[in-house]
Parts: sequence; C-alpha cells; structure tokens
Amino acid sequence: MEHTLTKEEIRQEKNLVYKKTNVMTDNILSYCPGCGHGTAHRILAEVIEEMDIQDITIGVDPVGCSVLAYNFFNLDMQQAAHGRAPALATAIKRLFPEKFVFTYQGDGDLAAIGTAETIHACNRGENITIIFINNGIYGMTGGQMAPTTLPGMKSSTSPYGRDVQMMGNPLKITELVAQLPGTCFVTRQAVHTPSTVRRAKRAIRLAFEYQSKNMGLSFIEIVSNCNSGWKMTPRQSNEWMEANMLPFYPLGDIKVPEK
Amino acid sequence: MLRMKKELKLMKGNEAVAEAAIRVGADGYFGYPITPQSEVLEYLMAEKPYERTGMVVLQAESEVAAINMVYGGAGCGKMVMTSSSSPGISLKQEGISYIAGAELPCLIVNVVRGGPGLGTIQPSQSDYFQAVKGGGHGDYKLLVLAPASVQEMADFTTLGFELAFKYRNPVMILSDGAIGQMMEKVELPEQKPRRTEEQIREQCPWATLGKPKNRERNIITSLELDSLKQEQVNLRIQAKYERMKKEEVRYEEIMCDDAEYILIAFGTSARISQKALQLGREKGIKVGLLRPITLFPFPEEAIAKLSQKVKGMLVVEMNAGQMIEDVRLSVCNRTKVEHFGRFGGIIPSPTEVLHALEQKLIGG
Repeated sequence: MEHTLTKEEIRQEKNLVYKKTNVMTDNILSYCPGCGHGTAHRILAEVIEEMDIQDITIGVDPVGCSVLAYNFFNLDMQQAAHGRAPALATAIKRLFPEKFVFTYQGDGDLAAIGTAETIHACNRGENITIIFINNGIYGMTGGQMAPTTLPGMKSSTSPYGRDVQMMGNPLKITELVAQLPGTCFVTRQAVHTPSTVRRAKRAIRLAFEYQSKNMGLSFIEIVSNCNSGWKMTPRQSNEWMEANMLPFYPLGDIKVPEK
Repeated sequence: MLRMKKELKLMKGNEAVAEAAIRVGADGYFGYPITPQSEVLEYLMAEKPYERTGMVVLQAESEVAAINMVYGGAGCGKMVMTSSSSPGISLKQEGISYIAGAELPCLIVNVVRGGPGLGTIQPSQSDYFQAVKGGGHGDYKLLVLAPASVQEMADFTTLGFELAFKYRNPVMILSDGAIGQMMEKVELPEQKPRRTEEQIREQCPWATLGKPKNRERNIITSLELDSLKQEQVNLRIQAKYERMKKEEVRYEEIMCDDAEYILIAFGTSARISQKALQLGREKGIKVGLLRPITLFPFPEEAIAKLSQKVKGMLVVEMNAGQMIEDVRLSVCNRTKVEHFGRFGGIIPSPTEVLHALEQKLIGG
C-alpha cells in the first residue's frame, strides 16, 4: 500500500536517506544552479569523511569558479595563485608526508596557465591527488575560450567557434600526464548522472588510498558542464556535454597502478 | 650573543646562506638555478640537510614554482625559503605578492646581477626599487636586509627568519653577486633543532596542518572580495609596516661624529665606500659613512639628523640612482645630496668614490 510521507515524517531521523557530510560547511555555494562543481565537492568531502582523514587533510584551491572552495570544504585550505596549486601541494606534502594533500583545479588553471606546474608535479611523482574539473570554458571570468574548449565551440573569445587553425587545438592534458612515470592513477570521470557520480566517487577514494600508500600522483579529471558559460539550461548543458564533450573526452581509466 | 663553540669557516656568501639555513632549523628550501646564486642550491644538495636535520630541498621547475612551493610551506607554518638572482626574482614577484597578501613568513634571497633584462651575471644593486618599493602588485612591503659581508649573509639568514615570523611577512636579503660569490671567514651559528608539529601549532595557530575537531578551519588566502574587508586587510598590513619602522631600523655609522661629508651606501657599495672613507681621511677630508642595514624600514631619522650638521651627502650605489630617492626624502633639502653610481655589473673603485665626493660636493 502506498503511503506518502508527511513533511513531519520526512524530517524524522529514521526516514533520512541522505545526510550532508560534515566535511562541507553550511556556507551557500557560489556556483550556478545546475553546475557540476557542487556534486564534485560533495563526493570529495564524503570520501574524506568516510576515510576519517579530515584532521590530516590539506586542500589547495585554484583561481577560477572554485576560487572560494575554501568556504565550502570544512578543511584547512590554501588558496593558490592561478595555476600554481600543484607547486603549493608539492611543498605541503613534502613537508608533511604523513598528511593527505589534494588540489582542486579548473581547466584554465590547470591546463593553460598552470601547465608547467601540473606536468612537473606529475612527472616528479608528487604523492598528491589532483582533482581537475574540465568544463571547456573559463567560467568565472565570463565564458572565455579555455585550453579544453572543443573545436568549433563558441565562447566569448571564440564567438564564431574555436577555429583550430587560428586558435590552436584543445589540450588533452589528462592523456598527456598519463604518459609520465610519476603518475600512478589517471582517470576521466563525470558527475552528471547517479552512476557517473558513484564511479567518480570511487575514483577519488582510490586516489586517496594510493596516496596513503605513497604510490605517486593520482590525477582525476571530471568532465563537467557550465550551463551559464555555455548559455544553456542545466539539462541542455548535460545533454550537450554527453553529445559533444564525452566523445572528445571519453570517460574511463587511462592509467591504473600495476597489480 | 654568546656562542658556546665558535666555528669558523671560509665560505662563499651563497654557501653561508645555505649552511646558516640548515643550522637555524629551516624546514624547506625551494630553488631554481641562476647565476650568481646557484651555490645555494648546490651546497644544500651536496650537504644533504634532509639527512642532517630533515630539511626538505627541492629544485623546482621554475622560479615561479619555487616561490609557490614557499607559499605552500609557509602556509603550514614551516620555516621555508628560496633564493634567486634578479631575472628569477622578477618571476617570483607574483608569488611574493600573494605571500605578503596572505601574511605568511618566509625568507627570499636576491643575489643581484646587473639588468635590465637578462643583463649581466656581474654584481649590481639595480633591484633596490623592486625590493624596497614592492616589486609585485598591490600595496605591500618586504622587510629588506642588506648584508655587506659573508658573515652577514649567515647572520641575516637567522635574523630574516626571526623577523619573518615576528611580522608574518616575507623578508628579503638583498645581496649581490660580489657578496654571494666572494669567500670570507664566517662564524656559523649553533645547530638548532627544527620545530616539531606541536611547536608549530603553538607558534602559528593560523597554519594549515589539518583541521582538528576542536578548532575552526584555517584558511590561507589573499582573496577578499568585499572591498570594505579588503580595506581592513590593507590597514592591518600597513600597521605592521609602521611597527617595523619603529622597531626594526638597523644601520651602521662609521666616523660620522665629526664628519662634514657623509657617504651613504649599502652592501658592496658600503664596503667600497669604507675604503674611500679611509683614503679621504688620509687626505684630511672629514668624511663619514652611514650604511643602511635595513633598506625597508629605512634609517630616515639617522639620515635626517646627520643632514642637519653636514655640508653634503654622497649616495654611492651600483645603480643609476635608486636609494638616493629615499635619502632625499629623509634629508628634505637640508643639505646637498649627490649620487655616484656604476652599473651594468661594474663595482666602483674606492678612488673613484673619493674622486666623486671631491668633484660633486667638496670642489663644487
């Protein structure tokens, strides 16, 4: 027999099906409704809570939409200059090898201005976790072309679409860092459906476990949407992402540790 | 200071910085090779401080990465440093501004070479403005120490860390290729242990060491989007600089009591000027030397006081005239202030300095 819960019943402890992780604060997210950042934050925070490492985890956030991530993670955090998060994380981890260190970076930050820091931290095999949100655009500054903007894709600085002859090709930096001996785990995930969220969370968990075993650098790309920057509704943006981004940036593990 | 066991060594200035850093209990050095300061990184790599004290040493992929490694380490309350020379220090300016904005302690050593651009690898003092007036973007200042000997390279490494933590502000040692490369006798400090994590928690309650249950999270940032709050940040930082002006001015006066003419010079120029002073005194010229040791805060009052009783001041610099602006601001036209400079990597001779004094002030 169907029974619809009343508002009062829903609020009872025994009927809770979801509880916000205490590794996120109660601050209101600065992300646009429909953006994947919130989900990516949540699963990262959940992993830290589930591993019970909140008191030994230090996060580094970038410049870009997630510049204010330190307001949302209930963690000790450092805010890095544009692209420099892997350099900060390198020093933090080397000075405190027993702590967990992650960076959370967007595509402009990680794959354009921070390319050198990214590649060299990966190549040195720094024992950190890099979470790389790729939405193919500079979101915070208002939708300019990113290093990951697709060929033909429109942005405020490629208003007629990305002309690769003139503007160069999108950079698949995840495939690039997978070539480097210092990375132990390189994977591309998404967070737009329940199943992709589950897989992405599992990848983050694995990355932190590899970090605890000193296995090298784990690099997790999360292909995400930017409904504001792409000038779409959240739903349209996810459909567009599936139809256009995912064929160019296919999901799945690119490099896994040898058994 | 009482030293239990005197340990004298013949060292290069760059090596003295490196050895002093190990002995003062530094936690990390992050650098990138550039002439004429590469011996700092070379010495550290050869000495293996990671075995001696547990100090981390890393050759970064660039000066930009190195200064940001310093930011990360400093944000954890660790005693961290970097060194470079002029073009490399220019690359570090973004990071230095962030470190000043986030109010983090660190030590930066600039072994200056002549510019602009790639310039020369020979010594120069042409980065005075960059070091003293800000360098990077935004209203901030470094506390700047100007060593004139290898001994001071070692001493100011210890003092620099002390002041950096006292003010939560980056400290710069503004040296040059001559002091970095020359060998002199140096008395080294005793080996101090590195601080434990507990000691860091006590000394730096703001440090990001992981958030325990019983305290709010610590955040290291220079970002404050609310202008009213950002203004408060600026006011707080400016108040620190005012306190530095009251408490940290350091300078040396040589034969200034009866002097009619004053040479004002720092670092290598001060060493040359000291010899010029001797030559002048031998000729019967009543000349003294004021050597600023802190370039910020600047010894304004000492210079103002001297300006009331002397016939003129000659500012001697290995640049086209930078510190002279601060001297003139201190003097306020009370006496004549002239400049003598050689640049592009040239160190002036004492006779040149004395000749300039005679030409520009005494004869004129």
